[in-house]
Amino acid sequence: MSQMTDSQWPLWEVFTQPGGGRPHEHAGSVHAVDAEHALQNARDVYGRRGEAVNIWVVPSAAICASTPEDMGPFFDPGNEKAYRHPQFYKVPQGVRVF
Amino acid sequence: MTPPLSTADDATRQAEFEARIARGESIEPKDWMPEKYRRQLVRMMSQHAHSEIVGMLPEGNWITRAPSLRRKMSLLAKVQDEAGHGLYIYCGTETLGVDRQELVDQLLAGTAKYSSIFNYPTLTWADIGAIGWLVDGAAIVNQTMLAKASYGPYARAMVRICKEENFHKRQGYEIMVTLARGTPAQKAMAQDALDRWWWPSLMMFGPHDKDSPNSDELLKWGVKKKSNDELRQRFVNLTIAQAKAIDLTIPDPELRYDEASGNWIFGAIDWDEFWRVVKGDGPCNRERLAARRKAHADGEWVRAAATAYAAKRAARDAGAAA
Amino acid sequence: MTVAAALAPAYARYCQQLGDDRLILGHRVSEWCGHAPILEEDIALANIALDLIGQATFLLGRAGAVENAGRDADALAFLRDDRAFRNALMVELPNGDFAVTIVRQFFFASFSRLQLEALTRSPDTEMAGIAAKALKEATYHVRHAAEWVVRLGDGTEESRQRAQDAVNDLWRYTGEFFLTTSEERALAAEGLAVDPATLQAEWERSVRDVLTLATLTTPATSWMQRGGRDGKHTEHLGPLLAEMQVLPRSHPGASW
Repeated sequence: MSQMTDSQWPLWEVFTQPGGGRPHEHAGSVHAVDAEHALQNARDVYGRRGEAVNIWVVPSAAICASTPEDMGPFFDPGNEKAYRHPQFYKVPQGVRVF
Repeated sequence: MTPPLSTADDATRQAEFEARIARGESIEPKDWMPEKYRRQLVRMMSQHAHSEIVGMLPEGNWITRAPSLRRKMSLLAKVQDEAGHGLYIYCGTETLGVDRQELVDQLLAGTAKYSSIFNYPTLTWADIGAIGWLVDGAAIVNQTMLAKASYGPYARAMVRICKEENFHKRQGYEIMVTLARGTPAQKAMAQDALDRWWWPSLMMFGPHDKDSPNSDELLKWGVKKKSNDELRQRFVNLTIAQAKAIDLTIPDPELRYDEASGNWIFGAIDWDEFWRVVKGDGPCNRERLAARRKAHADGEWVRAAATAYAAKRAARDAGAAA
Repeated sequence: MTVAAALAPAYARYCQQLGDDRLILGHRVSEWCGHAPILEEDIALANIALDLIGQATFLLGRAGAVENAGRDADALAFLRDDRAFRNALMVELPNGDFAVTIVRQFFFASFSRLQLEALTRSPDTEMAGIAAKALKEATYHVRHAAEWVVRLGDGTEESRQRAQDAVNDLWRYTGEFFLTTSEERALAAEGLAVDPATLQAEWERSVRDVLTLATLTTPATSWMQRGGRDGKHTEHLGPLLAEMQVLPRSHPGASW
């Protein structure tokens, strides 16, 4: 008999890619003992309606995320750079297509 | 690491938190949240997840006896979805720092609650129709609201669940329609199932607002957007026409339509029965927990084997790399 | 395509045989739903059961069409007696523990994959289409089961013992997969059936590879049980069918 404590196995984050060359999106999580196992479980849990053409699995513990405190310094400065957007630039009247 | 410039005190943080809720912002796992908000979410989400898991049992009871291949596949896919939905919500709960093992242990120890409706037995095939139509119908009313809940992971799980559950109610209603239009024995089976499942379905929305201790806090924090009584009324209004369309009788002699409010007014719910079943004396409470405990105990060696295998393989891979 | 009249009765029985294997195994696997070792596996096993019952629906539907006697897939599934079922004995055995279920799944899926692969070349285009779809499913079933066989075999002492016991107990039922029935012999010449005897060497090689990886011993070949293809079943099929068929049998003529 195993002396190990019972567990529900480590947690993995699942990213599924829908068809049409669209990027992978976070779908949810599964429990699994290793990467192949996580892929199979992700396929069964998040692909059972044919939503995915590709799956990534990542150990949840390997995800680094920005914190709520980062929110201002990380993202607000990006909101004020109007010159990154095409509408910032003037085009003479009559010119429609580039 | 840059130290934060100032440490807001809890009162300020609480005020900021409540302002975020008021603005309709979504709260994410790492965001600061009041401890009570976290606890309420863990309580509500784990109850919801447990309900999905225990809910597999009454319907699972008929998978091997479904009367056609089409019905067998629909039912199996539906019960499988419930496993998936339990899984999504457990994962959502885990974002609050609780391990699934802990939640499973609470369920098996009998200290966690789950929806009482699953403590009623499925006696005939028509019960599968009634569960899909009424129990899933009630769940959809509830879950459509929860898809707008303030906690991001819960709301996102609900969006996925609502999308997937679209077929559950329809498959149940289709079974009822087929039986109601079938042989006299089939029609009687359908009416009998409606008679037994109607009142427990109304109880699914929980106690009246005035008797629901957690409701105010859940509403204040945007976890719930509507009260138990509002949701229950909405469900009744939706369901009456569906029963009439297939010529089945709602087992409530006091049921009447109120022109002024546009609501169907229903008779008194037997809350003694509700609390009796919640507290463990429903027809199947013991059987449901016993089935979960057996599956868990029978599976322990399997879970241990997979863990041991992964550890061995990781050690071998490390050895090969060294 | 229409099957030549002389071959139709044999071909209908062959399609039934293909359908029965998958219907009865799908039924057994569906019994796990709600009782699996972990939630992820409830979902995985339900997917497999759904695949198998879906395959059976197509195959029995094809059997009914070829037979042309007014029986559809449901009539064949729910209104035949056990002596008319042609599934291999292995698939009707009770689920046992998770090791028995997984090893049976591994043995059958490894066989099914080879059989379906050959059937994708059937001159019956309907059968070729059914087989092509089912082959993808069976390929995944092999992968799922093989991974578990290795995890159980190379897991703990207890799991290794349980897996080895399952292999030893089920081995005697594997020979029946490869017995050529009279229908298969008659139809194989036309390409309408695959002679299972031609699949045996490849099956044994692929099964042995996985068992070895799992640190399990492949049993020496002993007496192989048989009878399913002739409708001579174990005592387990009768109760399974009694349960499965109860509603259509007790409400004759009703629709569901």
